[in-house]
Amino acid sequence: MQAPAPPPPSLWQLFLAFFRIGAVSFGGGMSAWMRREMVQKRGWLDDRQFLAGLALAQISPGANGVNLAVFIGTQLRGLPGALASFAGLVLLPTCAVLGFGALYFASRGGGLDAWVGKALTGVVAAATGLVLANGVRLARRNAGTLPAGLIIIVCALAIGWARLPLLAVLAVMLPLSLLVARMQVRR
Amino acid sequence: MILTLLQIAALFGMLGLLSFGGGNAIIADMQFATVQTHAWMTDKEFLDIFAISRATPGPGMLVVALIGLKAAGIAGAAVAFVAIFAPPFLLIHTTARAWLRARSKAWFAVAERGLAPVAIGLVFAGGVSLLQSAEPGVLCLAITAVSTVLLAFTETHPLLVMAGGAGLVLAVT
Repeated sequence: MQAPAPPPPSLWQLFLAFFRIGAVSFGGGMSAWMRREMVQKRGWLDDRQFLAGLALAQISPGANGVNLAVFIGTQLRGLPGALASFAGLVLLPTCAVLGFGALYFASRGGGLDAWVGKALTGVVAAATGLVLANGVRLARRNAGTLPAGLIIIVCALAIGWARLPLLAVLAVMLPLSLLVARMQVRR
Repeated sequence: MILTLLQIAALFGMLGLLSFGGGNAIIADMQFATVQTHAWMTDKEFLDIFAISRATPGPGMLVVALIGLKAAGIAGAAVAFVAIFAPPFLLIHTTARAWLRARSKAWFAVAERGLAPVAIGLVFAGGVSLLQSAEPGVLCLAITAVSTVLLAFTETHPLLVMAGGAGLVLAVT
């Protein structure tokens, strides 16, 4: 299953790859963009590595997308890689937020234009599809067994639908999932 | 001024470390501290800059830069940025290094395999909670459904789908 690992990217390549993600990740779905760019297009890591990073990034406090970028950067190039990935990801969004925010404060409380809100509604609806599609792609390739499928469904509904606290759900589901994995590996 | 910067550093340093599961976990606390406790801005201003941070790409947590900007100018923005991002950066970086070192351990394959379904479950959880907080109405649901199918089963570029979604809402409503 393990394909021969491609040579690790240069810091500049890492920066650029995450810069692109930072520039396009409107309305959420950052981890979907990262899988597309890092796993699917560039092959810098495989799904297994990506999913472990994704789980750890969500367990750890902080913005999930940023955490995942730092995790991937660290895996590929250590601390310099983490810094390059972080910088790439947030450079453009930070400038954009500060720019629009400064304009907003300078306009003395004028509201946002209505069409921005409408366009955003459509973008978020599509970005929700991006997130779900990422789940579908990942599940098709990495959840071949019934127990894995059940764990996916329970986690998704407990956290996303019932809004149970993330850490409480993980405290139950993570040991369970590790137990299942251990039994499957032994078999 | 120095006092305000210290307040910004303390507030966002703490909130960053409490943001388990992402930025949504701390928005309510952030709003209360910003509007009530410190009175750096009005409720309306908070909601407006929150909308700005959502309308721009990248992490929604960047809204803290605008809170800092309003409270203490560009220095405030810089302090807020470092305070919210630096501690989680160090935590996940340390975790990633430990994870890298553990690759040779016997239990590593089991751990990696066990994390995968939980991670996929969290991806779907993110999608489901986005669905729940979506604008009500058939149009948005339809956009989400079509986007999901297109992006899961074809190689359509996500930006194209997002532009289509935006265009459709603008055209229809």
